[in-house]
Amino acid sequence: MVPARYRVADRTDESADTVTLTLEPIDRPIPTPGPGQFSMLWAFGVGEAPISLSAIDGTRLGHTVRAVGPVSRALASAPVGATIGVRGPFGRGWCPPGDDAGPAVVVAGGLGLAPLRPLIAALVAARPRRSVRLAIGARRPEDLLHRGDLRRLVDEPGVSVDLTVDVADRGWRGRVGLVTDLLDASTVSGTEPMAYVCGPELMMWFTARRLLDLGLAPERIQVSLERNMHCAIGWCGHCQLGPSFVCLDGPVYDWAEAEPLLAVRGR
Amino acid sequence: MPSTSSPGDDPAPGDRASTIVPASELDRLIQVLRRQGRTVIGPTLGDGAIVNDIVESADELPWGWTDEQAPGRYRVGRLPTSEAFGFANPTQSFKRHLHPPRTVLFAASRDHGGGSAEVPVTIAAAESAPPALALVGVRSCDLAALARLDAALTPRTGSRATRSWGDGAGATPTANVDGGPLRALEPFVVAVSCSRPGQTCFCASMGTGPTPGTGYDLALTELVDGGPHEFLVEAATDAGRAVAAELLGRPAGAVDHGRAAAMADRAAAAMGRRLDPDDPPAAGRHLDHPRWRDVGDRCLACANCTLVCPTCFCGATEDVTGFDGEPDLERTERHLVWDSCFGSSFSALNGNPVRASTADRYRHWLLHKLVTWHDQFGTSGCVGCGRCITWCPVGIDLTEEVAALARPTTGVAS
Repeated sequence: MVPARYRVADRTDESADTVTLTLEPIDRPIPTPGPGQFSMLWAFGVGEAPISLSAIDGTRLGHTVRAVGPVSRALASAPVGATIGVRGPFGRGWCPPGDDAGPAVVVAGGLGLAPLRPLIAALVAARPRRSVRLAIGARRPEDLLHRGDLRRLVDEPGVSVDLTVDVADRGWRGRVGLVTDLLDASTVSGTEPMAYVCGPELMMWFTARRLLDLGLAPERIQVSLERNMHCAIGWCGHCQLGPSFVCLDGPVYDWAEAEPLLAVRGR
Repeated sequence: MPSTSSPGDDPAPGDRASTIVPASELDRLIQVLRRQGRTVIGPTLGDGAIVNDIVESADELPWGWTDEQAPGRYRVGRLPTSEAFGFANPTQSFKRHLHPPRTVLFAASRDHGGGSAEVPVTIAAAESAPPALALVGVRSCDLAALARLDAALTPRTGSRATRSWGDGAGATPTANVDGGPLRALEPFVVAVSCSRPGQTCFCASMGTGPTPGTGYDLALTELVDGGPHEFLVEAATDAGRAVAAELLGRPAGAVDHGRAAAMADRAAAAMGRRLDPDDPPAAGRHLDHPRWRDVGDRCLACANCTLVCPTCFCGATEDVTGFDGEPDLERTERHLVWDSCFGSSFSALNGNPVRASTADRYRHWLLHKLVTWHDQFGTSGCVGCGRCITWCPVGIDLTEEVAALARPTTGVAS
């Protein structure tokens, strides 16, 4: 449980409280992560937090951090040149869509876009075999993450980007409402789409319900769950959800697995 | 297993695998283990209770003492006989000696002196020279618990089918995990059959006692049936046979094994409680049973049960900086400490607990112990030691709760 030392090589402010750190190894790099996996990031003297990979570029790692607690505040304020400890990669990531030519549907809510970002990069790279449909929601326009990515993706052939916010401002000319309102019969048209969903738990619950109503099989809906984690190796017990250790068995589950875990309040 | 040697099996001449030694040989056993450089942990009288602690001679064993255990109640008392192991079980198992309440994971320091914007940070794994331990007087429940704790703390991957992008790219979930903490210790284990189970004991119904199963080097049976005060010593490993060979005794015969088997039968019949193996799965099916709210109202969420449980393994990590001795904000240590699922922050996500009520936490603890442990590790997480019953300040009895939860209700679920 000893972290590898990484250096903050770059910082990109995403919103008032959210930053994407690009980390490069000082000594040994961790094994190359896959989309949907996460790292434990350590801030000197403060602690560790599980943070998903928002970019994977060889040994350079992107982590998008929202400053909400002591550890994430320390990480989010780390200047370029600072040393961050990294353990990982941990967990089971997104399941590739397979060789069939069905579209990929990506539904993100708020910070949930971050763990989907390496997946979107992989899906876009796999075109034109498969179309990619993105439905992205945020609380306010200024909370939309990775806006540079989104601007580029809008112009990509075979990629559709639908955005919505809960609360608009004067400059917002897009949709206002829930991310589930972006999903309709056309979202899941074509051969057997695979859906990837990440966001607040309630958003994932209603998004999955919506996708089921639109005819998607539960095995073709993947969600990324979040629980308290201290060790990421199944020792600390914090992330247990029913029989599952989210750090080992998750964070990505298909809906057939996730629904019974989430259906009981306080489990 | 000691009690399965059927009467009539005469041991071969010179067979040192099972020996009868007088009670006075216990001290020689402890000294032999100490001469091997081992720290001997065993039962002793401390703070008005029988506790597991360092013992340097057999004099420190609780000769002639027993315990009385009931829901929310523990007392020590005198026996008319001078048995060394005349009690049910010590207040704590050997968990704290193998999986200590606080472990240093690494130390780190940083140097602001260079004048550069980049502050060098040094990280050094904790130097660990695990102590060579000998555990003496390990009850069958605690022996089973050692194996279950070891399984829980052995590095492993997820139980789900391998199928994600994370697989096969060198990104195994245990990529930077060292060996399990218990594995590194490999204590010498002297188990002891139970002769006086407590009112809160139910190992017989859990299949973990009263005679030791596997995982010991030596097993003792204290023969206190009116005959001479002797010990049947059975060795299961080469290390155990080597230690047994140093004890002065005689080869055990069929009569001796018969005495031990009779004592085991009496102990099994004297268990104060039992857990029906069919009940836990039934309880796991009734997640909305009103009994959960009922027990949540009684439970104080004090965490005594998780602290005394020999298999509860949950921990928390914390950074410790500067406050022991000289304040030094340029040095920090990362510690792994015991934690309890009864704490409100245990399941906290963005500041709010997932398991908000005490009922949620009791349900999580009970179902983990008795149901989901099977999914995770292939065994029950409960070994029937009964400590969670004894040390619960309000006397919650998991065998009673499980029986109630297994009964379907006709009322409106909570």
